[in-house]
Amino acid sequence: MSIDPNLQRRGFLKCMTWAGTAMVWTVAGGVPRSRLIGSAEAAGTDFTFVQISDSHLGFDKPANPNVTATLQEALDDVTKLPMQPAFMVHTGDITHLSKPAQFDTAAQLCGGTKLTMHTVPGEHDILEEDGKSYLNRFGKGTKGDGWYSFDAGGVHFIGLVNVVNLQGTGLGNLGHDQLEWLEDDVAHLTASTPIVVFAHVPLWIVYQDWGWGTADGAQALSYLKKFGSVTVLNGHIHQTLQKVEGNVSFHTARSTAFPQPAPGSAKSPGPMLVPAGELKRYLGIASVKLVSSKAPLAIVDTPLAS
Amino acid sequence: MIETLGPGGLARRLLLRRALGTGIVVAIARTALAADAQIVIDNFTFSPTPLIVKAGTTVTWVNHDDIPHSVVCPDLKVKSHPMDTDETFAYKFEQAGTYDYMCGLHPHMHGQVVVT
Repeated sequence: MSIDPNLQRRGFLKCMTWAGTAMVWTVAGGVPRSRLIGSAEAAGTDFTFVQISDSHLGFDKPANPNVTATLQEALDDVTKLPMQPAFMVHTGDITHLSKPAQFDTAAQLCGGTKLTMHTVPGEHDILEEDGKSYLNRFGKGTKGDGWYSFDAGGVHFIGLVNVVNLQGTGLGNLGHDQLEWLEDDVAHLTASTPIVVFAHVPLWIVYQDWGWGTADGAQALSYLKKFGSVTVLNGHIHQTLQKVEGNVSFHTARSTAFPQPAPGSAKSPGPMLVPAGELKRYLGIASVKLVSSKAPLAIVDTPLAS
Repeated sequence: MIETLGPGGLARRLLLRRALGTGIVVAIARTALAADAQIVIDNFTFSPTPLIVKAGTTVTWVNHDDIPHSVVCPDLKVKSHPMDTDETFAYKFEQAGTYDYMCGLHPHMHGQVVVT
């Protein structure tokens, strides 16, 4: 990690937090910047898009018995934005158990925003029919297990799938076919093209003991070395975490459903219970600002929620 | 009931006879009938592991977490359905051997069943 060496682990962990709202991304001068919805006005005519993650529709346990309502709340915030985002990205675990009704609810709620949605599956989205229940609904026109790329706002977007054929390493996995496709997909692009990669499980190793990372993520990133601006957006860990390494900035998004503990701070990465009635307060108070002192391209991420 | 007891059945039978009329009978009988074994999932951990059983034993996994888990054993080509909270999955181990398995959703969760 190229974070400030003076930043001790404890301080670093403090920077990780979570909340149940959407993230707005603004691309200015090829540098995507993020903020939580409601924290600031959209800047001029910049290209913006929204990221939501881990809605886990169908989850009904004490950590959040009404995940439908909290997703709806996040989406309501999206529709209230002063400037309409170009589209919405969902970084996976749309559903909790891949049930048709859960996918239907997701499509219905997200459709209410009238925004195009670009998704990648989480491990909870491919539990039925070998992933076909996801692909048939959200993966039309994609390749393999659901990977694809597209261009928008001068940015090349790449959606990767790292939750299929998980191996004994305990980590996320992209696999040979997808890596070959990725290498080919970016080969024709100029180095000045801003790249945004999104996938469910963090592409870098956040915490190996809990499987929070992608075994062959480094190989994927090696194909992106020539680019001046690479932004990696992930979900899965239900908390915000950021890292800048060279020209690559990594971000994980909050869940709209329930929080998970900071790496290693609990016995397991299971849903984190917060006191009754305080879920939304907990969800809203996150504040993260982590800037590498050495990286030439510092991403300023200030997800402030009051 | 008693006929279903395996090795050691005689001793248990004696014990049962002595314990007749007490609550102990029920407890012992249940244990004996469940010659089959259980693996509990709690806090993203399979327990006990390794589980040592005799060939022919049916092993039942039960998930006590708030998050679904599954059982994937490549050697046996076994892949369970996702078990939500308190749901179970059972598999009968016919052949002796050492079988490693993991959770299909959280592959950092590993377990082992040794069949003798």
